[in-house]
Amino acid sequence: MPADDEWIDDDAGPMVRPYAVTRGRTRPGRADFDLIAIIATHPRGTPTPQTSGPEHQRILALCETPLSVAEICSEMDLGLGVVRILLDDLDSADLIAVRRPAPVTQLPSERVLKEVIDGLEAL
Amino acid sequence: MDSKHSDHASEPVAMPLAVKILVAGGFGVGKTTMVGAVSEIRPLRTEEMLTSQSVGVDDTSGVESKQTTTVAMDFGRITIRDGLVLYLFGTPGQDRFWYMWDELALGALGAVVLADTRRLADCFPSVDYFERRQLPFIVAVNCFEGAQQYHGDEVRQALDLDPHVPVLMCDVRQRESGKRALISLVEHVIREKSAAGV
Repeated sequence: MPADDEWIDDDAGPMVRPYAVTRGRTRPGRADFDLIAIIATHPRGTPTPQTSGPEHQRILALCETPLSVAEICSEMDLGLGVVRILLDDLDSADLIAVRRPAPVTQLPSERVLKEVIDGLEAL
Repeated sequence: MDSKHSDHASEPVAMPLAVKILVAGGFGVGKTTMVGAVSEIRPLRTEEMLTSQSVGVDDTSGVESKQTTTVAMDFGRITIRDGLVLYLFGTPGQDRFWYMWDELALGALGAVVLADTRRLADCFPSVDYFERRQLPFIVAVNCFEGAQQYHGDEVRQALDLDPHVPVLMCDVRQRESGKRALISLVEHVIREKSAAGV
């Protein structure tokens, strides 16, 4: 990051205001999308006028391979709040499947935790 | 389920199971370095509406109520096996982003709190936070060059940690060291789980 007075190109921030791509909406309508909720595109979905934007289309293309919400934000270089609204549009149109993480009270099984340890050992 | 469209019995593709671990600690303690040493690190941005927590820090007088503030964080992905993915999230360093911590902590397995013995007090807020939320955590002391070496017990005492909270020394630049910290945390989570009888 250059000094404060040298913000150029990407350092100067996006050229479009963050919530412009959501047409000014700042809250998703219904659903809540956790950072590690996994999103996958429904192969047979039919786009609606609300989901025809380039950002919606980009998410649908990305999520042909299931991706977490955090990864979608990073790939799209969009903030979390914005991506959540776009995902809500897509979910409302039944264009995506969502796998939400387990509830807080329900930790993964010991078997899964041991798999995590084995996976880390193998890194 | 809050959406009738979600969690279909017949999902289009196999959906991996995702688990997350937080990497916390004071500013400049090596959170980003550790996440980067064990995983492919990526930036994550949130443009949040200023909430009551941040009002007072950011002067919003005379500005429209719809004001966004950007929180930048890092996260990493480790594919454990086909269908099981571990996400690591570095917590935002500044206190004014506490609301983001709640979101990050929700559903997390636990946290690695990084400590620097030259500025041990910097990790107090993280330790407090996870104790209050009863989220399992370990303390990993990042052994910076030039820092005086301490024993785990000295650090435990200085942080007033419960005896069962693991404390280990690490070098966050080393993948092996970061791995050990994460493994130690997951082992701790398993012990806590069986102690709680769940």
